[in-house]
Amino acid sequence: MTMILADADIQSIWLTVRLASVVTVALLILGTPIAWWLARTRSRLKGVLGAVVALPLVLPPSVLGFYLLLAMGPDGPVGQLTRVLGIGALPFTFRGLVVASIFYSLPFMVQPLQNAFESIGERPLEVAATLGASPLDAFFTVALPLARPGFLTASILTFAHTVGEFGVVLMIGGNIPGVSRVASVQIYDHVEALEYAQAHRMAAVMLIFSFIVLLALYVWRPGTMKTTRKD
Amino acid sequence: MGLLRTFLVLLVCFGCAVSSAHAEKITIAAAADLKYAMDEIIAGFRKGQPAHEIDVVYGSSGKFHTQIRQGAPYDLFFSADISFPRELARQGLAAGEVRPYAVGRIVLWSSSMDAAKMTLADLVDPKVTKIAIANPKHAPYGKRAEEALRSAGLWDRLQSKLVFGENISQAAQYVQSGNAQVGLIALALVRNPELSKRGGYYLIPENMHNPLEQGFIITRPGAGKPLAGSFADFMDSKQARSIMTKYGFALPGDKTGK
Repeated sequence: MTMILADADIQSIWLTVRLASVVTVALLILGTPIAWWLARTRSRLKGVLGAVVALPLVLPPSVLGFYLLLAMGPDGPVGQLTRVLGIGALPFTFRGLVVASIFYSLPFMVQPLQNAFESIGERPLEVAATLGASPLDAFFTVALPLARPGFLTASILTFAHTVGEFGVVLMIGGNIPGVSRVASVQIYDHVEALEYAQAHRMAAVMLIFSFIVLLALYVWRPGTMKTTRKD
Repeated sequence: MGLLRTFLVLLVCFGCAVSSAHAEKITIAAAADLKYAMDEIIAGFRKGQPAHEIDVVYGSSGKFHTQIRQGAPYDLFFSADISFPRELARQGLAAGEVRPYAVGRIVLWSSSMDAAKMTLADLVDPKVTKIAIANPKHAPYGKRAEEALRSAGLWDRLQSKLVFGENISQAAQYVQSGNAQVGLIALALVRNPELSKRGGYYLIPENMHNPLEQGFIITRPGAGKPLAGSFADFMDSKQARSIMTKYGFALPGDKTGK
């Protein structure tokens, strides 16, 4: 890869991989309880939370970027909170991008997980309960292993979707090398600067990567995509 | 099903409404620094010709350059850097010559500090943690900002504080929202009432950077449209020139560019 890509390009790809990995891990931790609750609850709030989780699917990234920029800015509620906590301002930082991407990729984690949990059904958990397992026990020893394909799909989709992020990063990132200049932004810059050769090379890398990820999902796990069709 | 049908009917109606509109219509691609000035100029022009429709798109000059090369249907292209329209003219993508229309200036501006009392040297102050400029890689105002910081001998020292807007208007928005304390942005943008009420600005001396010579062309798609030609001529009118001057642009054939 060093042969065809410049150092700055590799830096941006590496940054993208780092961002997508951190976001995937963070969303595994945050998304699992949300998906579990959505799958099990009969509360009327289920519809509301489900809709909130799905919002990033339909919201333009510019809307999300705009709100995040204002909210995380020095006068915004999140910005004031982070200042009090001593974290400092979030826009133009890697941390800020992680926070934004968590919102942006939330449905890609939660929805496949929710589907996986729902397809387990009540039965295995009831059996676990009669055998004396606590709800937490049943979750870790029964639900989690049964939902493993769902976790795989959710993680791959979340990772890939974060790699494909552009609009939100452009709005709150500030295009800083090594901090917020991710691969998609780097390609955009190449195009704007009329450096088509570099843009072509990076775009090809992204295209091949995305195709391989989706190929893996469709070919190796033919059943999984059907259950997540609604996202 | 009923909903879908209603939607389709509406869509068809909308299509008819659009196609039956007035024939004379042009689309202008304008550099982001022209945002407020061009809006006023178009409003002035339309007063004389209310029947016509003028769409304007603001963005980075480099992007418009690329898009026009790829056949974008803009009839006029106002660039923040005259080299872009010159390049297009060389490639035969312009109808007629490249017309210089203004020389832009950059300023130091802040929405939280009084930038009028600042100079570039104040940017090393630790209180300033983020400085917004347009991306020097492709935005003309970003290039000039980089040149100014280099002439001041500050470019290397300020590297860790710089954030890059996709175009000059995004750089201004980073400052306006307070996410960057200061920015090196277009004078034309801070002359807008909305921004100018938020503190003063420091005009960066002209000799610290190459001139921001701006030019426009009528593109090939605009060649056959009389409206494009009359709008181009309107740029030379007293009214348009006074609007440009109000926004801090120095004009070709004028000696008031101080």
